[in-house]
Amino acid sequence: MQLVLERRTERSNTIALISPLIAIGLTIVTMTILFAILGKNPLLALQAYFIAPLTDSYSLQEIAVKATPLVMIAIGLSLCYLANAWNIGAEGQFLIGAVAGSWIAVKTQGTDAGAWVLPAMLVLAAAAGALYALIPAICKVKFGASEILTSLMLVYVADLLLDYLVRGPWRDPNGFNFPTTAEFDPVATVPLLIEGGRLHLGSIIALLVVAAAAILLGRTIKGFEIRVVGAAPRAARFGGFNANQLIILTFAVSGALAGLAGIIEVAGPVGHLQPGISPGYGFTAIIVAFLGRLNPIGILIAGLFLALTFIGGEQAQIAMKIPLDVTKVFQGILLFYVLACDSLILYRFKLVFANRQVTRGAG
Amino acid sequence: MELVEAIILSVLAASTPLLIAATGELVTERSGVLNLGVEGMMIVGAACGFGGAWLTGSIFVGALFGIIAGMLMSLIFALMALGLAVNQVATGLALTILGVGLSGLIGAGFVGERLTPAAHLYIPGLTDVPLIGRVLFGEDAFVYFSIALIIGVWWFLYRTRAGLILRACGDNHVSAHALGYPVLRIRTLAVVFGGACAGLAGAYLPLAYTPFFIPGMTAGRGWIALALVVFASWRPGRLVVGAYLFGAVTILQLHAQGWGVGIPSQFMSALPYLATVIVLVLLSRARTGGSTAPAALGTVFVPDR
Repeated sequence: MQLVLERRTERSNTIALISPLIAIGLTIVTMTILFAILGKNPLLALQAYFIAPLTDSYSLQEIAVKATPLVMIAIGLSLCYLANAWNIGAEGQFLIGAVAGSWIAVKTQGTDAGAWVLPAMLVLAAAAGALYALIPAICKVKFGASEILTSLMLVYVADLLLDYLVRGPWRDPNGFNFPTTAEFDPVATVPLLIEGGRLHLGSIIALLVVAAAAILLGRTIKGFEIRVVGAAPRAARFGGFNANQLIILTFAVSGALAGLAGIIEVAGPVGHLQPGISPGYGFTAIIVAFLGRLNPIGILIAGLFLALTFIGGEQAQIAMKIPLDVTKVFQGILLFYVLACDSLILYRFKLVFANRQVTRGAG
Repeated sequence: MELVEAIILSVLAASTPLLIAATGELVTERSGVLNLGVEGMMIVGAACGFGGAWLTGSIFVGALFGIIAGMLMSLIFALMALGLAVNQVATGLALTILGVGLSGLIGAGFVGERLTPAAHLYIPGLTDVPLIGRVLFGEDAFVYFSIALIIGVWWFLYRTRAGLILRACGDNHVSAHALGYPVLRIRTLAVVFGGACAGLAGAYLPLAYTPFFIPGMTAGRGWIALALVVFASWRPGRLVVGAYLFGAVTILQLHAQGWGVGIPSQFMSALPYLATVIVLVLLSRARTGGSTAPAALGTVFVPDR
């Protein structure tokens, strides 16, 4: 018996639309089995994961808060991936953005600085993220070094830099020796949208980013260029589109968005700079980008869904003592199914029972 | 003298997991498959390796568990990237994300436990020779195995017919297919071999390098192994040089702290990662006259039957 792929004559649009749903369905079936193996009641676990967080306003806000960085980073990554540029280091760009923005917050601490502080932090963070992403992009364009490996190596470097700063020069002297800066001043904090709630201005920024990306990809020549370079590099060359220039551009935009997400997370929900500010947002955003079919609206929905798994995972840990790593396993399995289902768009799967090669090849 | 010996010993220990993982990936890439999931396979190998040794009290069984775990992980990759013709870059990333989660889940019960690390060889007389004695005759079994492995791979790739066919698949899968070689089957075997090596390399960390398991203990070594394959221009001989150089950079960082160099430890810890970036840039730059990578590396192949 053999699995054989047969190329479809044209892309199946129906499958393109329902394939993420098939992937989610298959993931939930797999998770049910995993919960049973872990000795937990699968129905209760699924309820804790996917239903419970949707039932109260606090968790709903929390989902939007978690989705904010995921959506912002994934939008940037989708531009890269559409242009066939593999930025894998968004986690590092996120951390560098957080560090660069925090620099202003730390320096202005207790100085009665005005309302300019937060906007300056956002701008600096985006610029730092963009510059950090440009390192692998330039290494790729100028020297041909694999952007996958270089962008990833820089994640570890950013992580160590953050660690050094909060343990050394930026450590809060009144922080009981914890590796953290002091709480940011109110002028250095992202404002809340609901008094006493968790939802903050960052979520609005994320929505604006989604809208901007939808316009860029759907309505502008640049967006068209990005898609052509990714989908048909040869055609793009004949069309006079410069692939290298697009690598630089998409990496810079993607780094800027990741950096912005980093400072919004630190100056918003976290409130200070410390190690562990990201539960792997930069990597989870890769899943968000693919699950959302590299489409801005799709990414928004996918981001909310992945955020639900983070919040659901926390609730399942509290309610049923299900380890937090289950969330990461869930996300990994989901990405596999998303990719496998994508294969259905291009190919028809066929099981061939007799080995036709032998019968025909003998003649 | 003792310090020199200690440094050489620790360089060898730090290089061994890199060498084993990179050897596996070299074979995989030579068959035309780019498996970016090395880090994921390694980290699952570390958790399963420690688990196996902890449950049975045997380092050998632990290593076996690590190998099997790496092979199973690589089979998932093979099914996706070869069976379903999914993009190899994305599949490899998925494998790493899954591996990090799985390793945390499997290893949760072992955090805080300790093992007796793998024994070092001791030959009376020979091992006692100053300086070279312990370096040559006093290593753990993994170190000797890693050297045997890379020699074996070199011999296989360049001195056997099967190795020639494997390289042919990596350089031109269409021709290899036309000649009647089962490209996908050969690639699957190469991927599984890479998985076994990555699993073993991961298991080396808690079984011989440190006597305990902590989540995330591979710390990017899988990615460095991937970079090493590029560094080696897909050649086994250069891979050995590269692995030991990187092991040396890692150890330099540890010893610099001991010597009281006035540089913050985090900057020294960043050295192996920065070195990887710099090496990648220098090598890619030096190679202006065309790439030495297997020509079909990372491309999807769907046989037309």
